[in-house]
Amino acid sequence: MYKIVERQDLAPNVHLFKINAPEVAKKAQPGQFVIVRIDEKGERIPLTFADWDTKAGTVTIVFAEAGATTCRLATLNAGDSIENFVGPLGVPTHTEKFGTVVCVGGGIGVAPITPIARGLKQAGNKVISIMGSRNKDLLFWEKNLRACSDELTVCTDDGTYGRKGLVTEPLKELLASGQKIDRVIAIGPIPMMKFCALTTQPFGVKTIVSLNPLMVDGTGMCGCCRVSVDNATKFACVDGPDFDGHKVDWNLMATRAKGYATEEKSAMAKSQCQCHSK
Amino acid sequence: MAKIDLNRLEMPRQEPAERAKNFKEVALGFSPEQAKQEANRCIQCKKRNCTVGCPVSVDIPEFIKALREDNLPEAVKALKNKNSLPGVCGRVCPQESQCEAVCTLNKQGGAIGIGRLERYVADWERDNKARMDNKVTLPPPSGKKVAIVGTGPAGLTAAADLAKLGHSVTMFEALHVAGGVLMYGIPEFRLPKAIVQNEVDFVKSLGVEIKLDSIVGKLDTVDELLSNGYDAVFLGTGAGLPMFSNIPGENLNGIYSANEFLTRVNLMKAYQFPAYDTPVKVGKNVAVIGGGNVAMDSARCALRLGAEKVYIVYRRSKDELPARREEAENAEEEGIIFKYLTNPKSYIGNEQGSVKAMECYEMALGEPDASGRRRPIVKPGSEFMMEVDVVIVALGTTPNPLIAATTQGLQTTSHGTVVTDEINGQTQKKQVWAGGDIVTGSATVISAMGAGKRAAADIDRYLKSQG
Ligand SMILES: Cc1cc2nc3c(=O)[nH]c(=O)nc-3n(C[C@H](O)[C@H](O)[C@H](O)COP(=O)(O)OP(=O)(O)OC[C@H]3O[C@@H](n4cnc5c(N)ncnc54)[C@H](O)[C@@H]3O)c2cc1C
Ligand code: FES
Repeated sequence: MYKIVERQDLAPNVHLFKINAPEVAKKAQPGQFVIVRIDEKGERIPLTFADWDTKAGTVTIVFAEAGATTCRLATLNAGDSIENFVGPLGVPTHTEKFGTVVCVGGGIGVAPITPIARGLKQAGNKVISIMGSRNKDLLFWEKNLRACSDELTVCTDDGTYGRKGLVTEPLKELLASGQKIDRVIAIGPIPMMKFCALTTQPFGVKTIVSLNPLMVDGTGMCGCCRVSVDNATKFACVDGPDFDGHKVDWNLMATRAKGYATEEKSAMAKSQCQCHSK
Repeated sequence: MAKIDLNRLEMPRQEPAERAKNFKEVALGFSPEQAKQEANRCIQCKKRNCTVGCPVSVDIPEFIKALREDNLPEAVKALKNKNSLPGVCGRVCPQESQCEAVCTLNKQGGAIGIGRLERYVADWERDNKARMDNKVTLPPPSGKKVAIVGTGPAGLTAAADLAKLGHSVTMFEALHVAGGVLMYGIPEFRLPKAIVQNEVDFVKSLGVEIKLDSIVGKLDTVDELLSNGYDAVFLGTGAGLPMFSNIPGENLNGIYSANEFLTRVNLMKAYQFPAYDTPVKVGKNVAVIGGGNVAMDSARCALRLGAEKVYIVYRRSKDELPARREEAENAEEEGIIFKYLTNPKSYIGNEQGSVKAMECYEMALGEPDASGRRRPIVKPGSEFMMEVDVVIVALGTTPNPLIAATTQGLQTTSHGTVVTDEINGQTQKKQVWAGGDIVTGSATVISAMGAGKRAAADIDRYLKSQG
């Protein structure tokens, strides 16, 4: 059992858990993830590290209520425990001194991009970050990301905070400004990562995305997490989750993400009932 | 001496039409009378072919003798002397190619049902724990620590033997339950999980610590385990990496590796969705690609989930089916449709990206290949379509590369299996042993157990030589 030592509600339907998992915390690196199973009846879902504290022995995850399991997770509080917490999984984000790196976080992608920005900064890079969300209420961790970045641009789709528009707009301006950008890292919803990759492609700047397909074991055992990169099938849990965004088959990503849409709906119906009966 | 009786006694099973709709165990086991009747057929040969045919050399005539003398505790002892997981082996061993194949009575087609009797004795023990003097007296602690990676049959066997020799044993398991393929792969209707859990609990009762959710190579590496105080490491991580055939359309929704399909169904209990959270596609027309045990298990699970038609698509013919004969027969009885000499060429999807059909070739058999089986060859121009909405690819597995990639000086073959000295499981790396599917590639429960046993003995010799 892994105890939730702290819960924060970062935005509507977006929550942070600090979980007691000293062994995982000891080995965690930016870009890696854990597989979480709430209880005996739960499914196994991947969540990317938002932070960790080796000394305190805790690992931080941030999740949005997006499906049956994340909704159920959101009903837990500090003091409660979850049954399984397996990690660190996947290959850590490749970090070295590239020069200038742009880190783009969309939606809850702001959480995992923060330790990556921090790692890149520690490696001696100039880090320019861009974060975005639909509106002001959904924004979180501006301060955290700013602390790991040399520059930060905040965007909202509706203009209720920061710059109005999508994250791809300041990204494009940066690339077009003539300043040398050595690498871009984008984490967020599939369309956001896809459009970041499309934005950087004409400029020939290497763009890393963190893919988060459906998973079961997270150890390379099942192939549920198949993605296609450069026309070759990869298992995101062991070959990734980071891949070259210019080579990802985004259509396949999108269709595989919806593989259980029907089943998810019926499970959601069930979990809604549970919430309401509480 | 009594007249030789060649009438092999059938074991009662659930009726095909009934069992095809539930996940309960298919075989129901012998009654005491039946067990005795079958045991009485054994002619107690002087030359014990059956024992030689058993990969762990169980003294088969001995346990059968005790059984027919109504001395079940003695039968249990004789069996467990060499085989620590008889309840599992009696159910899943390919007896027809091992002990029963060389049974003297098999020459006339009436081999003793050794597996069935083994199962009977093991189940008796489980039901009559109180009547067994089961207490293992452990020797004083040796002060040596052994780490075992993987909790499949190889690891469990090695752990039990080492604990009984007084060593302190810690097991590391990547998944959230112990048991390896016995838990996540082989379905409930063939190997009830309560039986596996019973064996795991027995290993724990010997003082073995099992750390779940612990991936060696991601948490501590093998080298770190050795430098953190373990005196020896046994690798029993199996062959868990599924192979795909890399034909067009294989990443469409509805196409699973057998590992994924079986893990969803068995480990995550998707057959109880939505009471359990993990879903699985049920499918109307399901095709399973392959002809081994894994293919049979997948097909029979798909049927039980409620598929209308389930096909086994196999590129060779019935004679070459690698599955246990009994399981192929069970599958056929339940209504699985076997399409022999057929191989998929590509998969075709609908607008939502889900598989809707499969283009296949007809095959013919050519000359025998390296495996001794006749090589399947494509019949040119034979392409035809099959309507399918779920496909399960059961074409074999290879070892997960994680351990090899994170362990200094461990030698592997081009197939990714770990190189050992074959007999004792010693790897090229000092203090590290390996056994089971990680060494052989996917094989059998009993061969994994045998490897775990031999490695445990060798580890014990090594630890004792270290003073
Ligand atoms: C569906 C199916 C049906 C089968 N049917 C039969 C049958 O009828 N008869 C028969 O004899 N055989 C059968 N087999 C084969 C048999 O199950 C295997 O040969 C046997 O289980 C191998 O045992 P093992 O101990 O080597 O490995 P496994 O049983 O594969 O166990 C390995 C364990 O190690 C864990 N692991 C892997 N990597 C790590 C790591 N880095 N850190 C920690 N843990 C790790 C895995 O999670 C797993 O639990 C079947 C196999 C399958 C898949
Ligand atoms: S999640 Fe199973 S292989 Fe990646």
